[in-house]
Amino acid sequence: MNKIVSRTELSDLVVRLEVEAPMIAKARKPGHFVILKLGAKGERIPLTISSADTQKGTITLVVQRVGLTSNKLYNMQVGEEITDLLGPLGRATHIENFGTVLCAGGGVGIAPLLPIVEGMKKAGNKVISVLAARSKNLIMLEDEIRRHSDEVVIMTDDGSYGEKGLITVGVEKIIQREKVDLCVTIGPAVMMKFVSLLTKKYDVPTVASLNTIMVDGTGMCGGCRVSVGGKTKFVCVDGPEFDAHQVNFDEMIMRLGTYKEEEQEEMKKLHQK
Amino acid sequence: MTREESAMTKEEQIAALRAQTWREDLRKSRKTKERTDIPRVEMNEQDPEIRSHNHLEVNLGLTAEQARLEAARCLDCANPTCILGCPVEIQIPSFVKNIERGDFLEAARVLKETSALPAVCGRVCPQEKQCEAQCIYTLKLGKPSVAIGHLERFAADYERESGRISVPELAPKNGKKVAVVGSGPAGLSFAGDMAKYGYEVMVFEALHEIGGVLKYGIPEFRLPNSVVDVEIDNLRQMGVQFMTNCIVGRTITIDELKEQGYCGIFVGSGAGLPNFMNIPGENLIHILSSNEYLTRVNLMDAANPESDTPVAMGKCVAVIGGGNTAMDSVRTAKRLGAERAIIVYRRSEEEMPARVEEVKHAKEEGIEFLTLHNPLEYYGDERGRVKQMRLQKMELGQPDDSGRRRPVPIPGAEVVIDVDQVIVSVGVSPNPLIPNSVEGLEISRWGTIVVDDNMRSSIPAIYAGGDIVRGGATVILAMGDGRKAAASMHAQLSGKE
Ligand SMILES: Cc1cc2nc3c(=O)[nH]c(=O)nc-3n(C[C@H](O)[C@H](O)[C@H](O)COP(=O)(O)OP(=O)(O)OC[C@H]3O[C@@H](n4cnc5c(N)ncnc54)[C@H](O)[C@@H]3O)c2cc1C
Ligand SMILES: Cc1cc2nc3c(=O)[nH]c(=O)nc-3n(C[C@H](O)[C@H](O)[C@H](O)COP(=O)(O)OP(=O)(O)OC[C@H]3O[C@@H](n4cnc5c(N)ncnc54)[C@H](O)[C@@H]3O)c2cc1C
Ligand code: FES
Repeated sequence: MNKIVSRTELSDLVVRLEVEAPMIAKARKPGHFVILKLGAKGERIPLTISSADTQKGTITLVVQRVGLTSNKLYNMQVGEEITDLLGPLGRATHIENFGTVLCAGGGVGIAPLLPIVEGMKKAGNKVISVLAARSKNLIMLEDEIRRHSDEVVIMTDDGSYGEKGLITVGVEKIIQREKVDLCVTIGPAVMMKFVSLLTKKYDVPTVASLNTIMVDGTGMCGGCRVSVGGKTKFVCVDGPEFDAHQVNFDEMIMRLGTYKEEEQEEMKKLHQK
Repeated sequence: MTREESAMTKEEQIAALRAQTWREDLRKSRKTKERTDIPRVEMNEQDPEIRSHNHLEVNLGLTAEQARLEAARCLDCANPTCILGCPVEIQIPSFVKNIERGDFLEAARVLKETSALPAVCGRVCPQEKQCEAQCIYTLKLGKPSVAIGHLERFAADYERESGRISVPELAPKNGKKVAVVGSGPAGLSFAGDMAKYGYEVMVFEALHEIGGVLKYGIPEFRLPNSVVDVEIDNLRQMGVQFMTNCIVGRTITIDELKEQGYCGIFVGSGAGLPNFMNIPGENLIHILSSNEYLTRVNLMDAANPESDTPVAMGKCVAVIGGGNTAMDSVRTAKRLGAERAIIVYRRSEEEMPARVEEVKHAKEEGIEFLTLHNPLEYYGDERGRVKQMRLQKMELGQPDDSGRRRPVPIPGAEVVIDVDQVIVSVGVSPNPLIPNSVEGLEISRWGTIVVDDNMRSSIPAIYAGGDIVRGGATVILAMGDGRKAAASMHAQLSGKE
């Protein structure tokens, strides 16, 4: 069960894993995610389903190593098994022909963006993708995104690839150039906050996919809660996508820091082994 | 069968059991006065100071001598009212008298005729509100009731530890498949009965562990996992299959289950959704639901350094609520090193829904009780971590719908206390996954699945029971529902209806 059948390093921080999961592959839609756990004492972490192959019965995950579990996952090899894999979770992306859709993905947010880009294109939208990262080696899945986009703009903080500047620079240029009917943004919380502030200024409806801390992913714990339009929502069952202009990003960013100290402690385990 | 007829047969059954020669002899072997003079047994417990620093079970159980003496207190009434207090009508005097005569395995067998999980129920049932409240000692003699719960636990533990667990007789396989959604007490007891009737049973569980609240919610110090695991192993031996990490309605739909040949589906998906109070500051860091807190500690073993899952260990922890979940959380906080672990409850101790024994144990362990206080707001530090809470003082007014006196705020009476962790334990709501994913399923306005007297939903092939039907209730009711659903689904599927 849940055997890794292929593994591609997209950079020294990001790996793409294709995992056997026939039931999930069959049931998943763009925007869905899984929760996985490694070993008996592992923690449960959420990862977006980047793509799926129903013929082969596999799903693809793209993982950036940031802490203990994502590092363990990064180091796993073909043939190894993921102990526990649950999904598909969350609400699927609302896909229809909106007209022009701007997809803004930052860093590891590019991976979960891919199925949405693909879905939006298939639904007949004009899709413009803006991909951003600190530097060239963190821009991933560019070819796959290009395949389903009418236009791709690349931004890097250090100017090592594409244009130099933050994602908001690229997004603003496009909004000023042409009418955008919907913006979809996925990436670090801070990035989504600033993209959201920008699109609000231009009155462009915006959807953000939130990456809060989760435990069960089934609505049972409330650890993933965020404030949306002043109401508390559970990201795992009510989301992960929400109207970005209603999301309280500052609260979300604060809550992401809940286990900072503990996470650093946990990371020591990696180095001890 | 009409209600009267079934009541008749029950009375006759009770009378027949009571008329057995050994029971008559046993009744005559001691005078009533001798029996009523015996003081109620005290449960053997770990010392409060020691146990509040470990996770081992608080109650140590009764010795055989203690159990037999306690069983002798039971007067073997002609009209045993205790049975009426039991939600599943266990033959209480019958199992108690078997303990008195020393046939502990037979006592366990009597229990298991009615209860699928006696070792669990003996530990977690609110006996003082059920069987023990209807005991003749309570009703007529003004003395502490027979310790029915402790005796139930004794018999079940004796059987388990003897290694001579009776595996129930299974009917020949009938070739029909049924599916169970959720592996809490409702799902487990349904699965056991259907296996006995000869069905092929598959239990689907969303989490990576089997057991529902028994595993992720109720802590080790009250219900050791090993006790639950034995029950699960028994079911496996009976041929019940389990699939973890599978959410019905997401990973696989009810329609797909039907396509795969499952001819009946039982939904025991529980009331797992935590309620919050929606007051200012509630999303600050280190304010969490009891479900999250207990899941981290129990299911994910977060307090163990070997575990990858983190949990914050507060020094000054407030738990909001007065139920079993609140007691479990506050006592867990104490065990994880809290210097102050405080229950904040808006009514008085008398109205607390928690089991009396849990409240007593909590007090012995040094838990503080701040009753007649209700949180209004939380304050955080510069990093957004909770540091203080503002509380409204309350007094009791007129009784409300539940018959309990309604708490009303005392105008202007507020206090602010320092806390570094808050666990919100103010109730749960039904899990909406199944209700939302099955078209045509009738749902109440509280989000519970509507069922008829036979636990059947508005869709003929779907039955439901436990917390998904009742809202947050009890283990024994969930178990009773599971068994009732099994009996009626069996009647339906075998054309006896
Ligand atoms: C719905 C959803 C979909 C996601 N999809 C992907 C994906 O496709 N690919 C991917 O690489 N990651 C994804 N994430 C983020 C991923 O879950 C986290 O990176 C992971 O939980 C970190 O676990 P860890 O043990 O490696 O790190 P930890 O030790 O838990 O954390 C290390 C660092 O990461 C930060 N962190 C912790 N949890 C998160 C989080 N949920 N999001 C962002 N930062 C976090 C911490 O603040 C800390 O600085 C997703 C998150 C959600 C909620
Ligand atoms: C901390 C705590 C302490 C308690 N203490 C007591 C006590 O002392 N005495 C007492 O009598 N009661 C107590 N209760 C209440 C009691 O535990 C519940 O009433 C009982 O467990 C309900 O059983 P259930 O089978 O309906 O559901 P649960 O035990 O909640 O089990 C439901 C299971 O279904 C799974 N599930 C949900 N949806 C799906 C799906 N779509 N697909 C697959 N699986 C799914 C869930 O993951 C869960 O494992 C306590 C509850 C808690 C939380
Ligand atoms: S992760 Fe537990 S409720 Fe969302």
